[in-house]
Amino acid sequence: MNPDSIFNALDISHYIYLSSVLFCIGLFGVLTRRNAIVLLMCIELMLNAVNLLFVAFSSYMGDTAGQQFVFFIMVVAAAEAAVGLAIIVMIYRNTRSTDVGLFVKLKG
Amino acid sequence: MNILLIILLSPFFGFLFSGLAGKYLSEKLTGWISSLSLLVSFIISLQVFMGLGSGAAAFESTGFTFLAVGDVFVDFAIQADRLTSIMMLVITGIGFLIHVYSIAYMHGDAGFYKFFAYLNLFVFNMLVLVMGSNFLMLFFGWEGVGLCSYLLIGFWYRNAEYGKAARKAFIMNRIGDLGLLVGLFLVIANCKSLSYSDVFTAAKSGALSTELVTAICISFFIGAMGKSAQIPLYTWLPDAMAGPTPVSALIHAATMVTAGVYLVVRCNVLFEMAPAAQQLILWVGLATSILAALIGLKQNDIKKVLAYSTVSQLGLMFIALGVGAYSAAMFHLVTHAFFKALLFLGSGSVIHGMGGEQDIRKMGGLKSHMPITHYTFLIGTLAISGMPLLSGFFSKDEILAMVFAEQPVVWFLAVCSALITGIYMFRVFMVTFLGDFRGTEDQKHHLHESPVLITMPLLALAVLSLAGGLLNLPELFTHEHSQWLKTWLAPVLGTSQEGLHHPSHQTEWILMGIAVSAFVIAWLFTRNKYIAKSSVPESDEDIQGLAKWPAGKFFVDELYDGVFVKSIEKAGNAMINADSGVFSAVMDWVSAGISWISGLFGRIQNGRIQYYLLYMVVGIILMLVINIFR
Amino acid sequence: MLLSLLGLPPAFLILSFITILCALYVVTNNNPVYSVLALILTFFSISAHYILLNAQFLAVVNLIVYAGAIMVLFLFVLMLLNLNKENEPLIKTGWYVAAAISAGLLLVILAAALHRSSESIMQNPSQDIGLVKNLGKVLFTDYLVPFELSGILFLAAMVGAVLLGKKQSAEEISTSETSEK
Repeated sequence: MNPDSIFNALDISHYIYLSSVLFCIGLFGVLTRRNAIVLLMCIELMLNAVNLLFVAFSSYMGDTAGQQFVFFIMVVAAAEAAVGLAIIVMIYRNTRSTDVGLFVKLKG
Repeated sequence: MNILLIILLSPFFGFLFSGLAGKYLSEKLTGWISSLSLLVSFIISLQVFMGLGSGAAAFESTGFTFLAVGDVFVDFAIQADRLTSIMMLVITGIGFLIHVYSIAYMHGDAGFYKFFAYLNLFVFNMLVLVMGSNFLMLFFGWEGVGLCSYLLIGFWYRNAEYGKAARKAFIMNRIGDLGLLVGLFLVIANCKSLSYSDVFTAAKSGALSTELVTAICISFFIGAMGKSAQIPLYTWLPDAMAGPTPVSALIHAATMVTAGVYLVVRCNVLFEMAPAAQQLILWVGLATSILAALIGLKQNDIKKVLAYSTVSQLGLMFIALGVGAYSAAMFHLVTHAFFKALLFLGSGSVIHGMGGEQDIRKMGGLKSHMPITHYTFLIGTLAISGMPLLSGFFSKDEILAMVFAEQPVVWFLAVCSALITGIYMFRVFMVTFLGDFRGTEDQKHHLHESPVLITMPLLALAVLSLAGGLLNLPELFTHEHSQWLKTWLAPVLGTSQEGLHHPSHQTEWILMGIAVSAFVIAWLFTRNKYIAKSSVPESDEDIQGLAKWPAGKFFVDELYDGVFVKSIEKAGNAMINADSGVFSAVMDWVSAGISWISGLFGRIQNGRIQYYLLYMVVGIILMLVINIFR
Repeated sequence: MLLSLLGLPPAFLILSFITILCALYVVTNNNPVYSVLALILTFFSISAHYILLNAQFLAVVNLIVYAGAIMVLFLFVLMLLNLNKENEPLIKTGWYVAAAISAGLLLVILAAALHRSSESIMQNPSQDIGLVKNLGKVLFTDYLVPFELSGILFLAAMVGAVLLGKKQSAEEISTSETSEK
């Protein structure tokens, strides 16, 4: 396939739809899953949906800013995953469970 | 002018001094400073009086604007015209004498300084009432004297009965004040101003309809009914005798109760335009005069007799007002102030000497023990009964002459009232001072003439009662110096007294003769009964037949109690039940409902992040939707 | 050709299909390890999308960082906590419905909000954007400060993760308790 033709063949709206679908699937997972680690994974999915959209926009607009931003999103996602998992391990050590439904100390 | 302010503020200063510092100073200092503040006012009032006499029209002093609403402006403004100056002299002069009297009378009382503070405050308010140049100031003073009356009647507050009497006085006054307020509202709605000059000019120019003026006058008279104890609002005055005697003398004889008379005389322009109101005043005054006199016949508390006497004499003043004889009413106001204050102070001296006893049946023969009190009280009694050449004789005769020319029937009944007045006054005098002493041995030991601070005011007032007639001698006696008060008040009264018919000289002599014979009949009757036969009024259980009615005050108090008080109490109880039953229940429901709602909201924060995330998503959706549809 | 449905290039269609399928698997599967593996597949397909858009650098970085490092980290933690046989507790059906509805609504609204942006976007489409040379040029000039800051961020994350992950020995627990008193 000729790479140049992708812009003729594919409207950006398709990437928008795809990204939205992925985002909402990730959102559904965040709302639904009880295991803390799987919750973090669904958040990663949402981040990636956004990354995809950024890259699409960047290509279609001819501006590198989108891809730079993706770069930094990945940086943050990596740091966040590391610290988040460390926290989950600590919680597991104390409570022997990773079920987010049990961590209700924020109750008002 | 500044001197008007000094007159007004001198008693106010006395009030502040006594009230704030009097507690820590000696009795003498507090008492004398309060009295001297009144002396200062009296001297300056004399100066004002002389200034008016030598030609000034009126002194005025305008303060700040109190009300500025739309096109209505009301100021704090005082003035002193001829009518006011008479009142000022009476108030400050008799007030000063009574203050001096109180220094000795209230000696040893724990609330000595409070008493003088209240008395000074009262004089201040009364001065505001008479010195105001608009109805607002009058109302301010009106309410102020009502307040001071309450404070002073209930002065010995530890006694619940006295407190009740004070409340009764205040509430009955309030009912009258409602009438006064209605009148003020009518005035301000139609004249757009409350100052005397504006209102009277508007009335004279015909801008107000007769019905309106009649309504205003009747409303004002209702206020006067409350303050000056006319039927039906008079029952508070006998109960007000619960206060210390100087209070009864100052407030309930000489000054506060005359405020109603002052009001009517001040508004003579309006009353002249409302003959219906004048008729009302006439008949109410007459009824009051006779009823009170009858009740006084059978009272055995020395102060209560004098209280009913005051009510009766006020009725007489209102009779004069009812026929339009304004200067005659003022004349009687002044002389009544003299001899009634004298009588009250004398009774205070008696009570002081008897160690607190007030029942005349337990007195008797006080002549030898308290001579000065005896002779001054005698002078007062003679004055009120109408002994010729004393002050009361001239003022009463002036009124009776004016009334005869207008309404002979009323004149006849008024003469009957005068006769009864003579009878009960002589009764009181003779039973108290003559005959044998009927009290206990203990009381007889302590019986003594009162100290000089009590007897000096008595003597001063006795002189005034003797000579007061000079104020307004009838033309019968002299031509040159006659009717001084009438001419003095002529600028204030204007044309209001021109419609009065003065009876011819012959008629006047005959009337005078009839009045003198009434006096003589009363004296002979009582002399026969109480001296010759030495009869003593019976004890309460022995009253029989018709006498039960006046002795029981014609059961008016009981009537009011049954009709008004009980129904209000029942309404009050119903309200309490409704409040605790219905309203509290409603409040409980409301609070339960709110608890329930807050419980609902409380469950939103259950600590589970997934719920919070859901709320966040819903919020984002809403924001996006709103933005899309913007 | 056969798969030229909707006038879309078949490559895009297949890749999207795979992506969405794997994403659904991630979200719905009970076994966490299977979810991790499905997520790795998702990342692969997203990298393929990047290559379709000629974002070469990011495609590779995505694979290395996400699929290679982060997901392996997740697997390590799962194994550490021995959760591979975990059964999640049951959730009420109402909750599923609520989540599905809200997610679906958000999808619809996002799509509705963004779909007309295509008209103004196609100004200067270029395939050379994703090249390492172009990216690097901009990164080290305009975005230098965030670049350095991200280094510090990693340092902080590392320190934090190590501290959090440290097991407290018995001595340390007793000394911390005595210092509290």
